[in-house]
Amino acid sequence: MSTPLSIKELSKKEERFTAGHRMCAGCGAPTVVKMVLMATEYPVIAANATGCLEVSTCIQQFTSWNIPWIHNAFENAAATLSGVETMYRSLKKQGKIDKEIKFIAFGGDGGTYDIGFQSLSGAMERGHDMLYICYDNGAYMNTGIQRSSATPLGADTTTCPVGSANPGKVQERKDLTRIMAAHGIPYVAQASPSNWSDLMKKVKKAHEIKGPKFMNIIAPCNRGWRSKTDDAITLSRIAVNTCYWPLFEIEDGVTRVTYKPKEKKPLVDFLKPQGRFKHLFAPENEWLLNKAQEVVDKNWERLLREEEFTAPRSE
Amino acid sequence: MKLKGWKELTPGAVVTEPGSSKKFKTGSWRAFKPKWIEENCIQCLFCWIYCPDMAVKVKDGKRGEFDYDYCKGCGICALECPGKKGNKAIVMEEEGK
Repeated sequence: MSTPLSIKELSKKEERFTAGHRMCAGCGAPTVVKMVLMATEYPVIAANATGCLEVSTCIQQFTSWNIPWIHNAFENAAATLSGVETMYRSLKKQGKIDKEIKFIAFGGDGGTYDIGFQSLSGAMERGHDMLYICYDNGAYMNTGIQRSSATPLGADTTTCPVGSANPGKVQERKDLTRIMAAHGIPYVAQASPSNWSDLMKKVKKAHEIKGPKFMNIIAPCNRGWRSKTDDAITLSRIAVNTCYWPLFEIEDGVTRVTYKPKEKKPLVDFLKPQGRFKHLFAPENEWLLNKAQEVVDKNWERLLREEEFTAPRSE
Repeated sequence: MKLKGWKELTPGAVVTEPGSSKKFKTGSWRAFKPKWIEENCIQCLFCWIYCPDMAVKVKDGKRGEFDYDYCKGCGICALECPGKKGNKAIVMEEEGK
């Protein structure tokens, strides 16, 4: 009964995320949400951590969600949804409900990497049957571009501003996808809206797996990244092709890179169109530019080695 | 549009009508307007799948006009449009010109 992943067939489905939301023009997040919700036929209940997505899709009297949706606070989207899921299991046991319902929590990188991390970690450890989606735009964009632990090395934000004393963020970003994999949960994946079919396949797959699942999806923010309004999809594609944002999944401890660029592009391709990295091209910051490339190379190499190491052996 | 007073609001400010944001038109945000050139369109529907504002109308798998009530004019569709033989099927034009 499930719709094949062809654009033609998908376009015939009813919208689960509607127009009229007040995200900025050219934001990557609504596209991510639309794709995630489109990927499944099951009834879905969503929870949302505070962030751009929450404040601009549900402004009193108006909601862009065509599904049951609950907002709690910044730090507890995963905890809230754990409760909803537990109630669902109880009602099912009592025979008061017989529908197969799926649960999705959405959070930005602030609400996932930092503030909501403890509740997310707890929900994953308790093994609730839910999918947590993090749309990662690499800073607290909603409140005015403050650094988060997802902010990439060298980026200019309002809390690590570039000046004579500081060349932007000097720390590397936290690798949350791998941290979630370290929880030993059955499914962890990283995706990008530019590769929509890959993204939807992963969501589909996640829904068929029982237990806690986590997906990290890049969502460009033209305000915070200081880029043009029309390049959200292009930038996420470049992020994938430079291996800044590799597409992979970890299923039961087996790592699989789902997309390997034919030619790994230099990271500069990703940094150049973004104003937040402008200062990296000044001669005195060359070391930081080189370091950023080294970090990407190191992570990509490790991922490929991990894939090789965890591959099931045929004996 | 008249907003509700506090006495008319539901407890907990629960919104009971799903997808009601459709009543809020965001088209007035637009500074640039996408124009669809049908003869260059190959019906790939990339504009539809990448549009963050659900402002591309598709009926029975065929692309229709833009929904200017909601289009914020970001230009993602025009940039992603592969076009036909190098001719884009979507071009951006300044509003009011």
